[in-house]
Amino acid sequence: MNIIDRRLNPQGKSLANRQRFLRRARAQIVKAVREASGSRSIQDIGNGEKISIPMDGLRESSFHRAAKGGIRDHVVPGNKDFIEGDHIKKPEDGDGQGGGNQGSADGEGQDDFAFVLSKEEFLDIFLDDLELPDLVKKKMKQAESTTPMRAGYSSTGSPANLNVVRTMRNSLSRRIALRRPKPAELEELEAEIRALEESGLDPERLSVLRLEFDRLSAKSKRVPYIDPLDVRYSRFEHIPKPITQAVMFCLMDVSGSMTEHMKDLAKRFFMLLYLFLSRRYRHVDVVFIRHTHEAKEVDEDTFFYSTETGGTVVSTALIEMKKVIDDRYPIGDWNIYCAQVSDGDNTSSDNAKTAGLLEDVILPACQYFAYIEVGAEYKDWLGRDSDLWRTYKPVVRPGGHLAMRRVRVRSQIFPVFRDLFSKERHDSTTWAAGGEGP
Amino acid sequence: MNDSTPLFTGADWDFDKVARVYDAVEAIAKGEMGLVTYPNQIEVITAEQMLDAYSSIGMPLMYKHWSFGKHFAQDETLYRKGMRGLAYEIVINSSPCISYIMEENSMAMQTLVIAHAAFGHNHFFKNNGLFRQWTDAKGILDYMEFAKGYVAQCEERHGHQAVERVLDAAHALMSHGVHKYPRKRTPDLADEERRAAERNAYQEKMFNDLWRTVPKPAATRQGSQELAERKRRLGLPEENLLYFLEKMAPKLAPWQRELIRIVRKISQYFYPQKQTKMMNEGCATFTHYTIVNRMHELGLLSDGAMLEILHSHTSVVFQPDFDDRRYSGINPYALGFNMMSDIRRICEAPTQEDREWFPDFAGNGDPYGTLRQAWADYRDESFVLQYLSPALIRKMRLFKIHDVAENSEMEVTAIHNERGYREVRRSLARSYDIAHLETDIQIVDVDLAGDRRLIVHHLVDNGMLLAEAEAIRVLRHIANLWGYEVRLIEIESGTDAVLKTYEDVAPTTVM
Repeated sequence: MNIIDRRLNPQGKSLANRQRFLRRARAQIVKAVREASGSRSIQDIGNGEKISIPMDGLRESSFHRAAKGGIRDHVVPGNKDFIEGDHIKKPEDGDGQGGGNQGSADGEGQDDFAFVLSKEEFLDIFLDDLELPDLVKKKMKQAESTTPMRAGYSSTGSPANLNVVRTMRNSLSRRIALRRPKPAELEELEAEIRALEESGLDPERLSVLRLEFDRLSAKSKRVPYIDPLDVRYSRFEHIPKPITQAVMFCLMDVSGSMTEHMKDLAKRFFMLLYLFLSRRYRHVDVVFIRHTHEAKEVDEDTFFYSTETGGTVVSTALIEMKKVIDDRYPIGDWNIYCAQVSDGDNTSSDNAKTAGLLEDVILPACQYFAYIEVGAEYKDWLGRDSDLWRTYKPVVRPGGHLAMRRVRVRSQIFPVFRDLFSKERHDSTTWAAGGEGP
Repeated sequence: MNDSTPLFTGADWDFDKVARVYDAVEAIAKGEMGLVTYPNQIEVITAEQMLDAYSSIGMPLMYKHWSFGKHFAQDETLYRKGMRGLAYEIVINSSPCISYIMEENSMAMQTLVIAHAAFGHNHFFKNNGLFRQWTDAKGILDYMEFAKGYVAQCEERHGHQAVERVLDAAHALMSHGVHKYPRKRTPDLADEERRAAERNAYQEKMFNDLWRTVPKPAATRQGSQELAERKRRLGLPEENLLYFLEKMAPKLAPWQRELIRIVRKISQYFYPQKQTKMMNEGCATFTHYTIVNRMHELGLLSDGAMLEILHSHTSVVFQPDFDDRRYSGINPYALGFNMMSDIRRICEAPTQEDREWFPDFAGNGDPYGTLRQAWADYRDESFVLQYLSPALIRKMRLFKIHDVAENSEMEVTAIHNERGYREVRRSLARSYDIAHLETDIQIVDVDLAGDRRLIVHHLVDNGMLLAEAEAIRVLRHIANLWGYEVRLIEIESGTDAVLKTYEDVAPTTVM
């Protein structure tokens, strides 16, 4: 009898099957994930998700008998008071004892298949085919920070980089090729010579052996154990290090005209952006700046939940953002993203200043700037663009990295987000101001 | 009670304890019960690995397919929610016989599992006639290794999708990929020549010119003779659909045939398990119950461990009544265990009734010998037919219901009384008969020289037709493998009346 501990065997043997399964059901899963993301609360969007998908294409069919029809005999246990010849009313339809998803009579019912996606799988599918615009910072193309990467071997280098394994491998093959006598062979020969010398027998063989010994020891001196030819060094190349940190600025108008509903929309958008950025960058900082007629950097709770009264001067927020960038996030080291959410109000006198700041200071510093205008749920647009919309619109130009969208209801958040970051749109380089979300 | 000390105390297990318990179990299994087993290999695995083995039909080495991923997702969801516990063990019919035990089990459970799997199932695998005839315990692991490698290689060479299409189709036909009888050997050339010569000689000897003057049979007979010849050459009718497609489908590439063959081999390997599920589980349950009781008697098991084992044992052999919400058919563990315990009772303390019903072995005083013989020579159907006793029918209060689709009421046709015993027993046995359980589907004709349409018949038993939507999906798989149209006709067995004709299903993809 053998007892074998298999617990340490490679885990996740089923992973390959799971990947095949996910690939197979990809279309249905993507649809389910999109739907799920609309309904679930934003806080746990990053957790795994239980989704259910229709069985189409996932059926494993086989020939089997229909659940009904024909003559059937059953033997069942637990008779209480039946006697031979009794009649029993048939159970109502649907009380099939077969149960499970095989039960539906013709297998045509829309049996959903429910299972849990891991967090990674969920986000993969959730953020699939979205791409960050300008992932490589333009200014940083000539990046100065580098990291050494292995790049094969070289015959020169510093002693610290000596690659012993390679060197010895070369040495061994050279010794074998040149038939360098092994130390053991020499010792053996020497011992035999000594034995013959002591015994004094067979002087003829002794002289042969001595000659042989001289020849071999001379050869072993000629063919060195390690030749400079054998030596190899590990080679490193210096690869420019991509910037793996990003900072995300959340700008929001918190003046009285912003309702809870609008803030909720804003929060959802910010969360999505955060998730997306944290998938792409190793480290993501978030800066919350809220403004009325004056702007302040605050923590998350204050940002979303505390109320403030006052007028609306957008340029203050931009100035505050500029200040934070100058203080803490040097442009050279950080990828900077900004999302601004507002209901579109601004003091008329401030419009020109805001446009100027945006175009001359903020946009050059940012990788990407998204402006989301939120509206009341049940109110139609009056057909008139808001102050801020009119202010920003002239700044939008093809190929630029300013985008603006309007959102009114929750379900639009995700489509608008996808619309902003989808690959195709990015490729076509038209960053035109869109109308209302689809 | 004996005064020897228990082999272990407490719930934790380690390899030492497992080895000690194994030796004690082996002594009882071999010494007292006379079990003969393959050498054992016990492997400890984690819950995740158990789930994994689950999802790939219990085989540790399995090729990759999405359906296993689907089952895994399903099982995992249920398991995580706590809706379903995991099996405590999985055992592979191989030599050495591999039993997987879970690391989460307590030591008492490991004891139970060792007795159950490493001796109960193992003995059954090694000795039952069906397994001996149909499976090659020594070769299966190597074959699975080959299959896994081969599928992976095909995926690399021909792409995931192409392999998936073939495997999907083959899986749909898996239960119809079994040879139910040993096939007759096809004669080789020398044989064929010898037989032709014999036939000629016979004809010459029997030659009578008078036959020439007898009117020729009608032309239709000629046609049917051709048909018969064609069928003979293709080996039709053929109920092993996978075998037929593998050998005869005109458009398949060699690697596709090999894939079908792999699925067919695996299906064949599991064929005995389907027919002996109740006996196999009964044998394992009876064995572990006997062994742990003996161990407890000998003082090798503490009372606490024994209680834990009994708790688990009773929930395994629990049989809810038909009107219980938990009822989902007859529990094979319960029926198997009850029947085998009953056989033991008949051997040791028979009543007059038992002596009348089972004159062969009632009161022979050798329960294990009697059981060993039953385990070796029977399958579920014949076992019930042979050994189900009136006492047990009364104890389980079995009764028979006759259900005709058109009637609004079902009829109770037999209960546990003198008149009913035989009828109940016959019906119960029939419900374990694989020939009755599985649909009888046969390929009956194909005109290779004509339109190559494949004609498939379903021989309908008692008017139970196929589930239509599913059948059409399977037909599509057959059509895809075959490469031409397929027609399914449902025919009443016995009368040959056509009950239902499906529309021809054309292939949807090129394999």
